Amino acid sequence: MTILVIAEHDNHRLGGETLKSVGAVSTLQQSIDVLVIGSQCQSVIEEASSIGGITRVLVADNLNYKDQLAENCAQLIAELAKDYSHIVAPATTFGKNLLPRVAALLDVGVLSDVVTIESEDTVIRPIYAGNALARVRSRDSKVLMTLRGSAFDAASLGNTQAEQKRVDIAIGNDLSEFVERQVSESERPELTAARVVISGGRALGSKENFGLIEQLADKLDGAIGASRAAVDAGYISNDFQVGQTGKIVAPELYIAVGISGAIQHLAGMKDAKVIVAINSDPEAPIFDIADYGLVGDLFDILPELIDSV
Amino acid sequence: MKVYVAIKRVIDPYVKVRVKSDGSGVETANVKMSMNPFCEIAVEEAIRLREAGHADEVVVVSAGEAACQEQLRTALALGADRAIHIETDAVVEPLSVAKLLAALVKQDQPELFILGKQSIDTDNNQVAQMLSALLGYPQGTFASKVRVEGDDVTNKEGQSINVTREVDGGLETLRLTLPAILSTDLRLNEPRYASLPNIMKAKKKPLDVITPEALGVEIKNHQEVIEILAPTQRAGGIKVDSVAELVDKLKNSAKVI
Repeated sequence: MTILVIAEHDNHRLGGETLKSVGAVSTLQQSIDVLVIGSQCQSVIEEASSIGGITRVLVADNLNYKDQLAENCAQLIAELAKDYSHIVAPATTFGKNLLPRVAALLDVGVLSDVVTIESEDTVIRPIYAGNALARVRSRDSKVLMTLRGSAFDAASLGNTQAEQKRVDIAIGNDLSEFVERQVSESERPELTAARVVISGGRALGSKENFGLIEQLADKLDGAIGASRAAVDAGYISNDFQVGQTGKIVAPELYIAVGISGAIQHLAGMKDAKVIVAINSDPEAPIFDIADYGLVGDLFDILPELIDSV
Repeated sequence: MKVYVAIKRVIDPYVKVRVKSDGSGVETANVKMSMNPFCEIAVEEAIRLREAGHADEVVVVSAGEAACQEQLRTALALGADRAIHIETDAVVEPLSVAKLLAALVKQDQPELFILGKQSIDTDNNQVAQMLSALLGYPQGTFASKVRVEGDDVTNKEGQSINVTREVDGGLETLRLTLPAILSTDLRLNEPRYASLPNIMKAKKKPLDVITPEALGVEIKNHQEVIEILAPTQRAGGIKVDSVAELVDKLKNSAKVI
């Protein structure tokens, strides 16, 4: 019984969600291997080796894996699978793209977006945009899961060094080819890991007005989020979208400004510890789940709030 | 090129779902059903590819109970040419759906298969990736832009497709060789509405009904749903009257700032 955690990284740094995945499976009290697939990713290997509580880091460092495309990475993981009872990855776009492909190669199912691991084969996962929870048992010989980072504590990076083991399987890929990446630059904390998130909706009215959200975020050292309406209106790029189809966050403080609170949005933030809603419509559904609600014009409220925090 | 689209019948996204008190599932009796929103986007993209001269036939497929034919008719009204209903009353998990679709692909050899990235009921986000694996095809998941290279739809030699994907932290563009599998993200397009004349015409379009057995696929359940639970409700909050009061509460009661 050994668990394989697929590391998410950009060939330079280990993604924080990987630590959440290790933290999540550490409750199963099995030995844990972390798999790093990439190219010239020595810094990631070093970082991964220092994750507390793991046994080994498997390293598949090869030019073929430079862009971590699903086609050959899935095949590689499937070839390594025989030694593992569980294979898990973070429920990020990386993990969601990759793990179901591995599962089909192994002829097993996947438990997606797991929020609670109850036992070796039984988990809880949200369905219907988080309006219901399913307790599901896997009947497969291997359990594959993607893990929702906001539901678990991260494993720590320690001083220990896990054993590093090279994997010399170089699988080519003539099916897909990486063309380019456009990265959204941000100086602020990462949305899914931030302690405070300030989100704006359609009521902001323009891209320029979204600057008010940014000012408040900077005051509180928070990350910026958005509703789908704000993204579709072009106020901010879509990787800031919070909700069923965007990012799932569970910060200590979530401030929803000019967001009505459609169920798809609530699915992404209703596990925040404290929710504040600022909205001019006293009937907006967001007030049903907000701990503190303030009814009024956001253009009056926001500047005052920025000044007083 | 021939484009296949998979669609799923789900509880309408604007319905507030209710968990049954016995934990057996969510209430589906007398609840409005519709086509999964991501599938609508998939249908729209296929039709746009045909309108742009890249596709010559759009085929829609759905697996499930007899009532799925309503959603297939909707897709035909939106512009699909023909429909295939894989009729089964069994619970079809993502891997089973992928196997059913893979069997169809092997028979009919479409160059492109477009699916939604996830269905809003089970929220799995798996079928497109699994279908790609079973067929050994490339996958372009969470697509927000699709560009076909080469305008000659009859020339299938060496054709590829460029797909821009929505990934955490930005966008990523891949080039996939055809045949390929795509899954749609919300921003790929804005689906059209079906006009009344097209709804009438759709009734005459071909809709074939087949069984999983005919496709040689055994529907297997890899997972057992033990119980469906209602999420814990948040305790009702309070409304504050001023910014000063809000800041005071956040500082002194909630202690989060």
